[in-house]
Amino acid sequence: MTTVSSADHTRRDFLYVATGAVGAVGAAAVLVPLISQMNPDASTIAAGAPIQVDLSPIADGQIIKVFWRSKPVFIFHRTKHDIELAQKVDVNSLPDPVPDSERVQKGHEQWLVVIGICTHLGCIPLPHQGEFDGWFCPCHGSQYDSAGRIRKGPAPKNLYLPPYKFVSDTKIQIG
Amino acid sequence: MSGHSTYQPKSGAMKWLERRLPIASLVHSSFVAYPTPRNLNYWWTFGGILSFMLGVQIVTGVVLAMHYTPHVDLAFKSVEGIMRDVNYGWLLRYLHANGAAMFFLAVYIHIFRGMYYGSYKEPREVLWILGVIIYLLMMATGFMGYVLPWGQMSFWAATVITNLFSAIPLVGDTIVTWLWGGYAVGNPTLNRFYSLHYLLPFVIAGVVVLHVWALHVAGQNNPAGIEPKTDKDTVPFTPYATVKDAFFVACFCVLFAWFVFYIPNYLGHADNYIPANPAQTPAEIVPEWYYLPFYAILRSIPNKLLGVTALFSSILILAFLPWLDTSKVRSARYRPLYRQFFWLFVISAIGLGYLGSKPPEGIYVILSRILTLYYFAYFIIVLPLLGFFEKTKPLPHSIAESVLKEGVPLGASAPSSRAKA
Ligand code: HEM
Ligand code: FES
Repeated sequence: MTTVSSADHTRRDFLYVATGAVGAVGAAAVLVPLISQMNPDASTIAAGAPIQVDLSPIADGQIIKVFWRSKPVFIFHRTKHDIELAQKVDVNSLPDPVPDSERVQKGHEQWLVVIGICTHLGCIPLPHQGEFDGWFCPCHGSQYDSAGRIRKGPAPKNLYLPPYKFVSDTKIQIG
Repeated sequence: MSGHSTYQPKSGAMKWLERRLPIASLVHSSFVAYPTPRNLNYWWTFGGILSFMLGVQIVTGVVLAMHYTPHVDLAFKSVEGIMRDVNYGWLLRYLHANGAAMFFLAVYIHIFRGMYYGSYKEPREVLWILGVIIYLLMMATGFMGYVLPWGQMSFWAATVITNLFSAIPLVGDTIVTWLWGGYAVGNPTLNRFYSLHYLLPFVIAGVVVLHVWALHVAGQNNPAGIEPKTDKDTVPFTPYATVKDAFFVACFCVLFAWFVFYIPNYLGHADNYIPANPAQTPAEIVPEWYYLPFYAILRSIPNKLLGVTALFSSILILAFLPWLDTSKVRSARYRPLYRQFFWLFVISAIGLGYLGSKPPEGIYVILSRILTLYYFAYFIIVLPLLGFFEKTKPLPHSIAESVLKEGVPLGASAPSSRAKA
């Protein structure tokens, strides 16, 4: 009796474990497409190609907004005064301490290119507002300076820098 | 208990059905003969109101879906089409939009009722947690519904709320991109929100079934907060609770209709009649009124991760209430100190709602911080300690004793003793 039932058990146990293992692998495999389909699709990724922006029409002190990968990008033609203010602050006193030299490209200090999305919860900050010669975010009051660095309010980070390069002195390529 | 499963099918057809699917006897034992405490007051009618409102949202929602187009270029237009061209479209949309507000009004009253009378305590913990789950699902559904008309507020609410997840360390940004299906809120986001907005109300309906099941296992709590002991403590659900619920649903509908017909846009935001513009954040963004207290908590903390953590904890902490409250006495009627802290809690929740609608500066921020502090202190300091220090009032021996004097009702007429009186 005992031998028979224990032999039964081992065979059934094997079936349980084998079925369970195959089932678990199958369920995990099915999760991959179910989760992955929500990520950006091929056309969205393709639409994220680099763009070129001509800087020559941007006046001294002007901030323009262009769209790259459906994100707003601010291009700030900084005046001497803006640059001085940005360089003068004590870097260690900043919430996200980065010197102005790392916010712009060498030899192009008058051009600040930042992603125009508040690093708090994603609103678009308003240019030329706030106490720091930069941006003010209307949503929860974050303030950025003329190097796009966070100075005050709930945002944890400086405005992000998009990848970009100068193709000529008056033209940049973003992306 | 009295009246349970006393159903006897009379006609031949019902006998036939009873042997195959005993649905009539299930309904009979749950909603006809089911014994309810005889001392229930009108605060107990909000469960019925909530079920009714869920029905209203599903019926109006399914009808709106016949005319709505979930695409960034067409969504706003299709909602305007509903307002101007579809027969009675304006009415259906106003019912749905204001219905959501009424639904939340009812759920808040229902939750506060549970807190006042200690309805979350043993043996109703699971019942309570199922309620918290329904509330969370309602918040998700309401939020995604608000995105559908694709106005300015829709778009920016979607942006801010989805960005809450970017506060998660390391994987935050990946999760947000995954939620959006793009690099910003856009068409894929609108499409999936529509799909989920359609789905979640039916998930809610499923959890409501569990909620009512748990209720019928544990039995209803009541204003005295003591369990029924004898048949004298209860009355059958029908007609007593049925009539009372129906009467108050009708009263609630008067309020609902007043909003729908007289001030249909009062609770909304004018900016949502401006089509979504991804290039321009509105001057001020505020969520729907029913999220304002949590929005105020988020804004009261000047650190992103902590603010978002506080926001989510302020909701999730409700699920732990049964274990945070250490007092054995349920009803606030017999807890003189608890009653005061409770009302302070209600005031602080409403106060936070008010502050959430104000700009985040000056005195508003300071007040938000004080009220946020009290909100959390209520759960993690006041309730655990009160159970040890509070001197509660003596409880009545029975529910009947708490509402009858020598068989005669105190105040208004109670059913069975009418004849005697
Ligand atoms: C828990 C129940 C529900 C809640 C709380 C809810 C909430 C909302 C809210 C707040 C809006 C935005 C209203 C506006 O300002 O225009 C909305 C829109 C919408 N809902 Fe729902 N809803 C619910 C159930 C449903 C169901 C079951 C469906 C479909 C089967 C549905 C379909 C729609 C559609 C098509 C819209 C867009 C039209 C419009 O904006 O009026 N809803 N919902
Ligand atoms: S999104 Fe800019 S401060 Fe919150």
